[in-house]
Amino acid sequence: MTNTKVLLDPTSENAPAERSLSKRPETLIALTVGLLDISKGRGDIFLNRLEEKLTDTGIKVLRFKKPTFTKPAPVDLRHEIASKCDAVIEALAD
Amino acid sequence: MFERSWTDGLPVVPPTAERVRKMLGGTSRSADEIVVSVPPNLIECNVEKIAINAVMAGCKPEFLPVVISALETICTEEFNMHGVLATTMSVGPVFVVNGPIARDIGMNSGINVLGHGNRANSTIGRAVQLVINNVGGGGPGGVDRSTLGHMGKQGFCFSENELSSPWPSLAENRGYNSSQNVITAFTGEGPRLVMDQKSRTPESLIRTLAEHLISTVSSSVVVGMDAMLVLSPEHSARFHEAGWSKDRFLEEITGMMMIDTDNIIAGSGGIEEGLPAELKGMSLPKFRPGGLLLAQAGGPAGLFSAIIGGWLNGPSGSEPTSKEILL
Repeated sequence: MTNTKVLLDPTSENAPAERSLSKRPETLIALTVGLLDISKGRGDIFLNRLEEKLTDTGIKVLRFKKPTFTKPAPVDLRHEIASKCDAVIEALAD
Repeated sequence: MFERSWTDGLPVVPPTAERVRKMLGGTSRSADEIVVSVPPNLIECNVEKIAINAVMAGCKPEFLPVVISALETICTEEFNMHGVLATTMSVGPVFVVNGPIARDIGMNSGINVLGHGNRANSTIGRAVQLVINNVGGGGPGGVDRSTLGHMGKQGFCFSENELSSPWPSLAENRGYNSSQNVITAFTGEGPRLVMDQKSRTPESLIRTLAEHLISTVSSSVVVGMDAMLVLSPEHSARFHEAGWSKDRFLEEITGMMMIDTDNIIAGSGGIEEGLPAELKGMSLPKFRPGGLLLAQAGGPAGLFSAIIGGWLNGPSGSEPTSKEILL
């Protein structure tokens, strides 16, 4: 005798969209790189140093900042980064 | 169910159709009503999905309205459950229930109030966390990045002992009246004991409480993080018997928690953690106005209270959030 028990699904029943990572550029030369500060303490120190090193090698850098590190980046900010940059580095430091 | 990541690590009640049907009898809302968008994946969630998770958590049907309203408090921009999950700090939602419903469903506001042993206290917060995990996709090690976590993240819900106190309840302080059923969500750590068994006057006891509150999260954190003080009956009685109002208590303790910033500037006392040097020479409050929440609960004997430290407050973090419970 089988004793099958049917359970109701407690999940969203949505399969998360699997997205592959964008192809990584082989070089940053001649590209625009966005540096995204998530607004955590001392992130700017780390990103300032990165900006120095990137600009020293002739790479164009644009700086961006999230209003707060506790929330996802606003859609407009993500759109601006995506439309102006070829690559982005998001960084924090404590 | 554990293998499918549907649980919090403890056994759950299998959510059969019959059990879920009975659970749905606990609310006047229809099963297909969308009530919240659950972070972090912002998934629209109906009453039935909440009921399924409430069955799994071990809730009785009469707890369901509280579970639904608990989710309505935290699935908001102001509470910022996504951030509460993602932070490396050891915090989670803490729920305080006020009003007749707390007594009607048998919630504990007395002995071991912040601990185990009461079905409503133990399962309401648990059901909420299962919804966050199962519907919202916010499980530990995924979006939940807490360095240490705490046991209250399994579910942390209690009610206030409002009948034996002359002071207004937490909900009344937040604009509701005593006949309303209200749930308040606060982002908090695990509770920390405050012991004072010798003070017989409010003037002495309040100094002990202020001294402990000042070290909440870190002595060098001022203004930016809230706290909840759970005042036990015997500690509360020191103030009630001396005729202190709740407003007076909050006013006096706020005055005792003004911090001389020279003592908490980075490098002060040989400690690198601290405020930036430009904040020298100031006097700042430990908590922002309204940033110390006060609830009265606990067993009748014992000269202890508890502090539940908070997380980043305001628009940059999480706001304490209250909502009337819809039956």
